[in-house]
Amino acid sequence: MAGLIGKKIGMTRVFDEEGVALPVTVLEAGPCPVVQVKSKERDGYRAIQLGFGSRKTKHATRAEVGHAARAGLENPPAILREFPLGDGEAFEVGQQLTVSLFSPGDRIKVVGTSKGKGFQGAMKRHGFTGRPGSHGHPYVRIVGSIGPGTNPSRVIKGKRMPGRMGGARVTVRNLQVVRVDPDRNLLFVKGAVPGARNSYVLITK
Amino acid sequence: MSADLLHELDREQLRQDLPSFGPGDTVRVLYRVREGDKERIQAFEGVCIARRGGGMGETFTVRKISNGVGVERIFPINAPTVKGIEVVRRGKVRRAKLYYLRGLKGKAARIEEKRDS
Repeated sequence: MAGLIGKKIGMTRVFDEEGVALPVTVLEAGPCPVVQVKSKERDGYRAIQLGFGSRKTKHATRAEVGHAARAGLENPPAILREFPLGDGEAFEVGQQLTVSLFSPGDRIKVVGTSKGKGFQGAMKRHGFTGRPGSHGHPYVRIVGSIGPGTNPSRVIKGKRMPGRMGGARVTVRNLQVVRVDPDRNLLFVKGAVPGARNSYVLITK
Repeated sequence: MSADLLHELDREQLRQDLPSFGPGDTVRVLYRVREGDKERIQAFEGVCIARRGGGMGETFTVRKISNGVGVERIFPINAPTVKGIEVVRRGKVRRAKLYYLRGLKGKAARIEEKRDS
């Protein structure tokens, strides 16, 4: 299903006709040129490669410049991403996809890279309960037991422990499109979207 | 650059039709209430004791004494449910948040009127 590459602008609020304030995230989405079409015959799967933004030619490799030139682009895009195609969907190289793909009320899926949180404990990272804050407990936010003892005398793989949190790919599904601004390529999405401002996001239906 | 765009978007949505008012002013807020499927305009008159926030999120608090009980309502300035605001009286106050009024009643809770000289 085709989508768009976008950039998170930030959050604000919008009032609907009822006067209810909706928290919205503003995304600058597209226009995304179709840079390459992957076909079953040639590549083994069907997909389109979309570009977003632009880079100066001197900041890109000659391969990237050439790749963009085949799609009729003067400057190579800042970012290239593939979107799988469903049956019956067809796009041409050089075609531009814009926010007109979406309309208010649509349910969309947004993929982004979450903000890096650094090294975090198990309570923040995995939602562990910790220990009671009172009644004489000396430690409050510790992990606690990480498994049985002599048998199996090791810690099972994948045990949730403190460590690096954030900076990972996060998908949020079922977000509602509140408003579409085709003139400025803006998409207003109800609720939060993963990532910092100015970070790239992928938007699909 | 993106923060600028966000501010610009906010600015476009801000209400321009409301009079300027601040803490200390007695205001009459006309707001839309919905009862079942009927809509009507209701007024809430009292002293504005605070304005907080900025952009689309700005709100103001109006306090009045109703049947001997203090009542406060917080309105989002930019909400379409706020049909209009009338400034009944300008008040002369020396702070931005008049929360001290909550502890006062009767004569002590009066606010001097601002006279433009």
